[in-house]
Amino acid sequence: MTIDHPVALAPADRAVRLLGGDLTEKALRLHLEGLAGVDAVGLEQRAAGLATRSIKTSSKAWALDTIIRTCDLTTLEGADTPGKVRSLVAKAVTPDASDPTTPRVAAVCVYGDMVPYAVEALGALHGDPDAGLVSVAAVATAFPSGRASLDIKLADTREAVAAGADEIDMVIDRGAFLSGRYGLVFDQIVAVKEACRRPDGSYAHLKVILETGELVTYDNVRRASWLAILAGADFIKTSTGKVSPAATLPVTLLMLEVIRDWHRLTGEKVGMKPAGGIRASKDAVRYLVTVAETVGEEWLTPHLWRFGASSLVNDVLLQRQKLRTGHYSGPDYVTVD
Amino acid sequence: MSFLEYAPAPESTAILNLKAEYGLFIDGEFVDGRGEVFDTISPATEEVIARIAQADAADVDRAVAAARRAYETVWSRMSGSDRGKYLFRIARLVQERARELAVAESLDNGKPIRETRDVDVPLVAAWFFYYAGWADKLEYAGLGPNPRALGVAAQVIPWNFPLLMLAWKIAPALAAGNTVVIKPAETTSLTAMLFAEILQQADLPAGVVNIVTGPGSTGQALVTHDDVNKVAFTGSTNVGRMIARQVAGTPKKLTLELGGKAANIVFDDAAIDQAVEGIVNGIFFNQGHVCCAGSRLLVQESVHDEVVDKLKHRLSTLRLGDPLDKNTDIGAINSAAQLERIRTLSDTGENEGAERWQLDCTVPDKGFWFRPTIFTRVSAAHTIAREEIFGPVLSVLTFRTPDEAVAKANNTPYGLSAGIWTEKASRMLAIADRLRAGVVWANTFNKFDPSSPFGGYKESGYGREGGRQGLAAYLESNGWEAPSLSAGASAPSRSEKKSRKAVAK
Repeated sequence: MTIDHPVALAPADRAVRLLGGDLTEKALRLHLEGLAGVDAVGLEQRAAGLATRSIKTSSKAWALDTIIRTCDLTTLEGADTPGKVRSLVAKAVTPDASDPTTPRVAAVCVYGDMVPYAVEALGALHGDPDAGLVSVAAVATAFPSGRASLDIKLADTREAVAAGADEIDMVIDRGAFLSGRYGLVFDQIVAVKEACRRPDGSYAHLKVILETGELVTYDNVRRASWLAILAGADFIKTSTGKVSPAATLPVTLLMLEVIRDWHRLTGEKVGMKPAGGIRASKDAVRYLVTVAETVGEEWLTPHLWRFGASSLVNDVLLQRQKLRTGHYSGPDYVTVD
Repeated sequence: MSFLEYAPAPESTAILNLKAEYGLFIDGEFVDGRGEVFDTISPATEEVIARIAQADAADVDRAVAAARRAYETVWSRMSGSDRGKYLFRIARLVQERARELAVAESLDNGKPIRETRDVDVPLVAAWFFYYAGWADKLEYAGLGPNPRALGVAAQVIPWNFPLLMLAWKIAPALAAGNTVVIKPAETTSLTAMLFAEILQQADLPAGVVNIVTGPGSTGQALVTHDDVNKVAFTGSTNVGRMIARQVAGTPKKLTLELGGKAANIVFDDAAIDQAVEGIVNGIFFNQGHVCCAGSRLLVQESVHDEVVDKLKHRLSTLRLGDPLDKNTDIGAINSAAQLERIRTLSDTGENEGAERWQLDCTVPDKGFWFRPTIFTRVSAAHTIAREEIFGPVLSVLTFRTPDEAVAKANNTPYGLSAGIWTEKASRMLAIADRLRAGVVWANTFNKFDPSSPFGGYKESGYGREGGRQGLAAYLESNGWEAPSLSAGASAPSRSEKKSRKAVAK
């Protein structure tokens, strides 16, 4: 074995604080490989245990509203058009026309070229979800595969930010990660984060998609979560929704454990976004329970927690109507989009 | 509003159809006991649930006579496959009435409905299904062709898993062709009474299973009865010792499953988050009323702070309260007497210099409750590291090397169970080999399965329950002996010669 010349990494603030000033690929690798393993059986058992919590009455009402308030209403199709995006925005702003107390979703999530239409359709309602407004999130960096040169990924990102995207959902290079080139994945995240910078010095929020369905093992998911956080992710996100399996409860639990560990270490709060495959209110409530019992319920705000989903909102609306009226209606009592 | 407080989600008791008073179950009928009737209360509210008959020596005599009669006239003459049909039927009825049994068990014992629903009752059904399958295959039990049943089995069970312990005792006994007289614990007779109703529903021949309720004296009359052939006891080491003395010198066969002070060993390369789950499950499952509970946490010094820190954080999400609420993790302590014992031992721990940490939660006004407790800075010499507390109290000790871990783990008069947490499989196997405990769990804890034998070393008792091994407690060989292993030693087979050569090279 030879000793390689140390490969310097982009000096991302968090990584420098944790791993020291002369940030090298070697230091990053040692940290990631030194993380405690994950016992798959135990992790899945804990997730199954959390899923048995019984959420009723007032807790259920709060949970349903929280799901809507923290939802990224999403359309990511090759067939997307300005018209489709406008109707998505209408749904985001008024999820249930029959009940004005229904909260708005946190954001709409679209491809980069659709950002101008989303911004235009939102008009004055475009803004911070904490203020009851709706943000625009754009997927970027050659979503969903991430198979493009860094220049193209950065251009993709800059264009979306310039068009008014508040949040960028990037994908990591899974090929590089799986072949052990952690430094490359790290440097790309740092570069994309820099591309999120607006002329006024503020940054679009960066969500880093790990595509856990392609990382396959829980050990990989833990390493990738640490890597993304160290590189500066504001959010870590499970999936693109284009690969199966997408979000699962055990994977989300594991990523939340990393977020909890980072918080205990530094006091910083990193956000979490499971995406893809969450369609039923019942499942979504299980995610909320998992958040509350792993990192704490202070995470259940749009700045620290999101659901990436397209059809979830309608099921939540049906459940909300049921709570209000005492009986179930049907799919024709909520709008298709 | 705090989401984590979760609105109440109580399981309804409407499904229960309890009688005000329960008699003894003898010869297929409920009959009055001759002793004084006593109350069974809910430990969560101290309210009376029902009144239970007390069997005196004459009642026990009647029950044993019924069991003897059923053995001679029906059960010993029935084919194994027909016995199996009854056991399958019981298993299915347990499944059909699962919710009712779970509610009754939570009400009477104080354990959370989450556990009775997801653990106790499903395992009860699993035990009957498993041994139903053995009933017509006894010649494969390892005791030679046509092994014989023993006759009448006298069984005394504890209060921590009332219905599950009943299943552990009755299922193998009946599969093997024995008849049974069983005595549930004084504080937890209710589900045994519901089980008696299930036996009636299943049309089990009268006298095959008899249930006598009452205090320790009833149990004593049962195990000392001249006409029983087998005594099986699960409970405290003290009572077990007494029973062993009483049975000594008689032809009765005896199995004992007694106390424990299990070590749960966490190495520095363990999957820490999952180990924390395992520690919680090991000691706070069933309020720590588990003979195989992982009550001594042995954690490698280098990860001690991280483990204890994460453990406290995890405990803060545990919910103590109404056992019938579906979100309750920690239910009530089974009795005032047990609560007193846990309190006394915990105070001793503090007086001897250990550091006490308790979950900060409100405790209901009525009922018997003890907040989940962790003692750190515990040394092997402390009382709380030696004595079985049988409550939600964890003692944390440290070690530096694998040898020290093994030495500390084995340094107890008990030897029922142990746990190992490491991601390194070679270490896991090497340590498991050196632990003197009947059950060793690796990267998990408190897992039970009917196909897996369970039992202890040393003061934790003798005999095994569960699996093929569990049948041996209820069968004897029919004069057949296994061929001696030494017989072939003088003429090694070809393959043996080969392997010797290979070694010589």
